[in-house]
Amino acid sequence: MSRALITSGPIDPTVNLPAVDMSTSLGYFETPAPVFTASGCAAAGKELDQFFDITQLGGIVTKSVMMNARSGRATPRMAETPSGMLNSIGLQGPGIDSFIENDLAWLRQRGARTVVSIAGGSVEEYGKLAAKLRTVDGISAIEVNISCPNVEDRGQVFACDPNSSAQVIQAVRRNSDTKIPIIAKLSPDVTSIVSIAQAVERAGADAVAVINTTLGMVINLETMRPALGGITGGLSGPAIRPMAVRCVWQIHQALPQLPILGMGGIRNGEDALQFILAGASAVSVGTVTFHDPSAPIRVQQELEIALAQRGFATLREAIGFAHRGPDVAVIEEEQE
Amino acid sequence: MAPLQITGQVLDVRRAGMYTVLSLTAPGLAERTRAGHFLNIGIGGEESGLLLRRSFAIYQVQSRGVYGGSVDIVVGVHGKGTQWLVDRRRHDNLSIVGPLGRPFTLPKEPANCILVGGGYGTAPLFMLADQLRERGCRVDVIAGAATEEKLFGTLEIKRAASTLTVTTDDGSLGVQGRVTDVLEDIITKTQADVVYACGPMGMLAAVAEIATARGVYSQCSVEESMACGVGVCMTCVLPVIGDDGITRMVRSCVEGPVFRGDRVRWSDVGTVPPDTLGAPTGGH
Ligand SMILES: Cc1cc2nc3c(=O)[nH]c(=O)nc-3n(C[C@H](O)[C@H](O)[C@H](O)COP(=O)(O)OP(=O)(O)OC[C@H]3O[C@@H](n4cnc5c(N)ncnc54)[C@H](O)[C@@H]3O)c2cc1C
Ligand SMILES: Cc1cc2nc3c(=O)[nH]c(=O)nc-3n(C[C@H](O)[C@H](O)[C@H](O)COP(=O)(O)O)c2cc1C
Ligand code: FES
Repeated sequence: MSRALITSGPIDPTVNLPAVDMSTSLGYFETPAPVFTASGCAAAGKELDQFFDITQLGGIVTKSVMMNARSGRATPRMAETPSGMLNSIGLQGPGIDSFIENDLAWLRQRGARTVVSIAGGSVEEYGKLAAKLRTVDGISAIEVNISCPNVEDRGQVFACDPNSSAQVIQAVRRNSDTKIPIIAKLSPDVTSIVSIAQAVERAGADAVAVINTTLGMVINLETMRPALGGITGGLSGPAIRPMAVRCVWQIHQALPQLPILGMGGIRNGEDALQFILAGASAVSVGTVTFHDPSAPIRVQQELEIALAQRGFATLREAIGFAHRGPDVAVIEEEQE
Repeated sequence: MAPLQITGQVLDVRRAGMYTVLSLTAPGLAERTRAGHFLNIGIGGEESGLLLRRSFAIYQVQSRGVYGGSVDIVVGVHGKGTQWLVDRRRHDNLSIVGPLGRPFTLPKEPANCILVGGGYGTAPLFMLADQLRERGCRVDVIAGAATEEKLFGTLEIKRAASTLTVTTDDGSLGVQGRVTDVLEDIITKTQADVVYACGPMGMLAAVAEIATARGVYSQCSVEESMACGVGVCMTCVLPVIGDDGITRMVRSCVEGPVFRGDRVRWSDVGTVPPDTLGAPTGGH
């Protein structure tokens, strides 16, 4: 019996469930485990390592890092919303050099699989970030956060335009080691997420991460002004889960060969399973980590149980399973 | 020492003026706790729509006893989460993460210390007063609030203090006015070396200003809105001047909540001062 089954929560522990092969892949990135942290919800892993062994996860996705140090936005940076939250952190971070020297060095020494998330204000900045990362070891993949305003295009968000999205991914691809998988992180705030996914795939993305936060706003009724210092903010948490599952479904349906790292409001193993069945090859747990700092590892253990209960011997068999045709065998049985 | 993530059972819920004191089982917490640490509590159970944990100063801890250790917190009702908490009853289970943050630092030599608490801000000062007295420090306490019922624990804290001065805005108890109206005088009388403070941000700013002007070292425990409380989200930041003289947006949940009073840029809280490391430049 596997370790996960012993620590089962709501499931009857007396029932013997077979172990599930949880290995999966995102492009050439092969990982023994399918649950990741979400960028911006786990810093660079160190804090969460106090609560669980981060090396047991599929990997740590680090906070999006830019070329230079960033102070981020003014506070308040957060507002709680029904089953979710809004944030306007503004990509506070130390800049790529300090990140490589401190955070990445720590992750490598700790032996954690690491996906580095990068963000830029111009196509050139993304390219430079990729070039910096090319010089260092211990990176499993690069996640490209394209939900950033393009300073060269009147602050238009890259992720909202297929051409801008493709340009960023091309720049990262050109400046990266060919063996490093590139994961393009998509915004749900678009008319057709499939067309963005197609554009980044053609530009050389090996996988897509779906979804980033969706833009929202709260008015503070005491001050009768926007609650956030940044006025608008990104909505995350269980509130956005159905939207995220829909995005994963649409992309998998249109591009069944494109691996998907699914996320958006995953709270437990069964939530994660929805993403897998809709077509994700792996998942990230973000906001719920604020509620339960052990959530990523718990979700991974619960996902194994949820798969075993449904008779899956491997995670891979479950990827996109919700897209299958009619269950012929069952229908015949019923007709008898 | 790493924080614990544990389930605590409610042992007792009691009223204290405007506040509710919750006692929870918390094995292992006492041994890790120092004065100024906080903890956070999950609200509304597993499937709660209130996702974010609420933070509370650690008021008291017991390391032994039938329950193998317990913790007390003081809760003032603010919104939905704190209301839910004070509605808990004996035997209810709560999810606790703690101790969190950086506690108060204690003087190495016996020193004259003034402890200033605003409202429920006195909660972490009890443990601090005990620890200071164990080190041979003189402890004088100032407790202030808008009205008498918004004071917490003034009778008890008297036992640990050489003097207790109470202020209320409306004069319903003690001196009418603010803690800062009496602070100068008490600094002079006690020849204070250190001022410790916990309370609303406005009070902390005023206390730190007076202490710094008088050349007295101060430590203030701040209260910033937090999403994670463990250092991963960057929600809880405020502008703080580092040892190198550079201002950074610093996480109050891991680098605070206790800061040196002369290092926080009080009047800039809620903004990103233009000289902050990585502040937006004009060109962007
Ligand atoms: C380090 C620290 C120590 C604290 N110690 C105590 C204590 O000992 N006793 C006590 O009664 N209260 C304390 N507070 C304040 C307490 O955390 C808030 O009153 C509480 O979070 C409000 O939650 P709510 O659901 O009732 O209010 P809501 O307004 O509904 O909360 C909405 C969101 O805003 C956040 N929030 C709102 N007000 C505050 C605030 N003042 N500080 C931080 N976050 C806030 C909440 O966490 C929540 O995420 C402390 C806060 C911090 C940061
Ligand atoms: C506080 C916070 C900070 C975030 N920062 C980033 C970031 O730096 N880069 C990024 O690509 N996504 C960021 N995200 C988005 C998450 O990675 C994730 O895509 C989104 O929150 C949906 O997942 P969730 O509901 O599980 O949180 C952030 C989300 C939150 C809540
Ligand atoms: S509250 Fe998340 S970093 Fe401080």
